[in-house]
Amino acid sequence: MNPIYIKRRRSDIIIRFLCLAAAIFGVAWLAMILFTLFYNGLTGLNLEIFTRNTPPPGSTEGGLLNAIIGSIMMTAIGVGIGAPLGMFAGTYLAEYGKHDKLSPVIRFINDILLSAPSIIIGLFIYGAVVVPMRGFSAIAGALALAVIVIPVVVRTAEDMLRLVPNPLREAASALGLPRSLVIRKIAYRSARAGLITGILLATARVAGETAPLLFTALSNQFFSLDLARSMANLPVTINNFVQSPYPYWKQLAWSGALLITLTVLALNIGARMISAERKPK
Amino acid sequence: MSDLSVASSAAASVPPVRASSEGRAKVTVRDLNFYYGEHHALKGINLKLMAGHVTAFIGPSGCGKSTLLRIFNRMYDLYPGQRAEGQVMLDSANILDPKLDLNLLRARVGMVFQKPTPFPMTIYENIAFGIRLYEKLPKSEMDGRVEKALRGGALWNEVKDKLNASGLSLSGGQQQRLCIARTVAVRPEVILFDEPCSALDPISTAKVEELIDELKEDYTIAIVTHNMQQAARVSDSTAFMYLGEMVEFGQTNKLFTSPTDRRTQDYITGRFG
Repeated sequence: MNPIYIKRRRSDIIIRFLCLAAAIFGVAWLAMILFTLFYNGLTGLNLEIFTRNTPPPGSTEGGLLNAIIGSIMMTAIGVGIGAPLGMFAGTYLAEYGKHDKLSPVIRFINDILLSAPSIIIGLFIYGAVVVPMRGFSAIAGALALAVIVIPVVVRTAEDMLRLVPNPLREAASALGLPRSLVIRKIAYRSARAGLITGILLATARVAGETAPLLFTALSNQFFSLDLARSMANLPVTINNFVQSPYPYWKQLAWSGALLITLTVLALNIGARMISAERKPK
Repeated sequence: MSDLSVASSAAASVPPVRASSEGRAKVTVRDLNFYYGEHHALKGINLKLMAGHVTAFIGPSGCGKSTLLRIFNRMYDLYPGQRAEGQVMLDSANILDPKLDLNLLRARVGMVFQKPTPFPMTIYENIAFGIRLYEKLPKSEMDGRVEKALRGGALWNEVKDKLNASGLSLSGGQQQRLCIARTVAVRPEVILFDEPCSALDPISTAKVEELIDELKEDYTIAIVTHNMQQAARVSDSTAFMYLGEMVEFGQTNKLFTSPTDRRTQDYITGRFG
C-alpha cells in the first residue's frame, strides 16, 4: 500500500484515540462528582427535609424547609427583576439600537458583567444595599442574583432576536405595523422558545450561586418570609453545614446539594425541550 | 401632516378608487435618485404606474429594480444611511415627504416579498392580524373578511378546514398566497411584488401569476421579476433597468418585440444578465 496513505491512517488512529481519551477524562470527573453527590445525598433525602426547618446547634433533628423556601423566593425575585431588564436591554441591542453607536459599548460592558466573578457582585450589593440598610436582607440577596441574571438574559435575548429573519420584520412593517408592534407581536413570538430558554438557563445559573448571597442575604436559622431580614437559602446553608462538626448537618448539606443539582438539571432539560420543540417546523 | 394621512385614514373604511379610473396614473415618479450611503443606486428615474395595470420591472441583478420597489412603501426607511431624492407621488401626496405617516402609507401600499413570510401564528390570525390594525370588527364580520381575503389569495379551498393550523405548516406556494391574502386583507390601493415566485415551484408560480392577473382588476400592481417570460405574461407595462438607470419603459408587448434601446434588446435576447 501507499506509504503516505498508511502514515495518514496511523495518525488518524492516534488522533482519534487521543480525542476519545480526553473526552472520557473530562466526563469521568463529572460522573464521579455526580455519583458521590447521589450516593451521599440520597441517603438523607426524606420528607423531613421539606417539612422541618434547619436544626439549632447540636440538634440532630430538622430539615431544610426554610432554606428551600428562601432560595425559591430570592431566585424568583432575582429573576423577576433581572429577566425583564435583560429582555428590554437585549431588545434594544437587537432592534432599536441595532445600528446605534452605543450598542457595541453596551454589549462590551455586558460581556464583562457576564464573566464577572459572582463574589464581586455580592460585595457590590453589600456596599450598595446591605450597608445603607444596616443589615443583611433577603431583598439584597435577590438584587445580587438579579445582577447576575441581567447579563445572561441580555445576551440570549439579543442572540435570539437576531435569529428572527429580517424579511419577517419587513413583512410586518409593510403591513403598516409600528415598530413596537413588530417587535412585540412578530419578533418576540418568533423567538419565544429561545427567549424562554434564556430565562430558564439564567434561573439555573443563579439557583446555585453562593458567593453573592454570603454577603447579602447571609442565612437564617429560622423560617422567615421578611424580605428586609436575613433569609435562609440552600447554597449558604450548604456552605455552613459542610463546615460544621455534626454528621447530621453534613448529611443535610449533601441533600441540599443534591436538591440544587436536580433543580438545575430539571431547568436545563426544560430549556432543551422548549428549544427542541421549535426546530422541527 | 400631508394630505396622504387624511386620505388614507378614510381609505381604511371606504373602498379606494378602483379600476374605473383606469388610464390614470396612480404613482408618478419624477427625477428620483437613491443612495445607499455613498453609493448612487438609482439615477434620475421617471415613470408612471397606471391604475389597474401591472407594471413589471426587469433587469440584471443589482440594477436597482428592488431598490425602486422598496421606495414605493418607504421600506428603505428601516435602515440608516439610505435616502431618496426627487418626487414620488401617490395620487396627490409625495411618498418621500419626511412628515408622512409611514404606517398609513404602508396600509395603502402593500408588499409581497421574495420569500414567503407567514407570521408565527395561525392561518386565521395571519389575516386577521393586519385587519385589526385598522379596524375593530365583531367576530362574525372578521370571519367574513378573513374568508374573503383567503379567497382573494386563491387559498380558501385549501385551508378552510384548518384555519387554526400554524401558517408555517403550509407549503411554500400556499405560504406565499397566504402572504398575498394578508396584504389584500387590509385593502391597499397598490401592491408591490418583489420577485414573488423566485422561491416557488412552477405550479405555485402559475397560481400566483393567475392571482396577480385577477388582482389587477382592483389594485395597481408593480412586480419585480428575474423571469422575463413572467414579465411578459403578467404585465401591461414593463420597465427595463440597468445600472441604476431606467433604460426603457413602455407597453410590455412592444418592449419585448421591438425594443428601442440596444441594451434592452441585448438583455431580453439573453446576451447578458
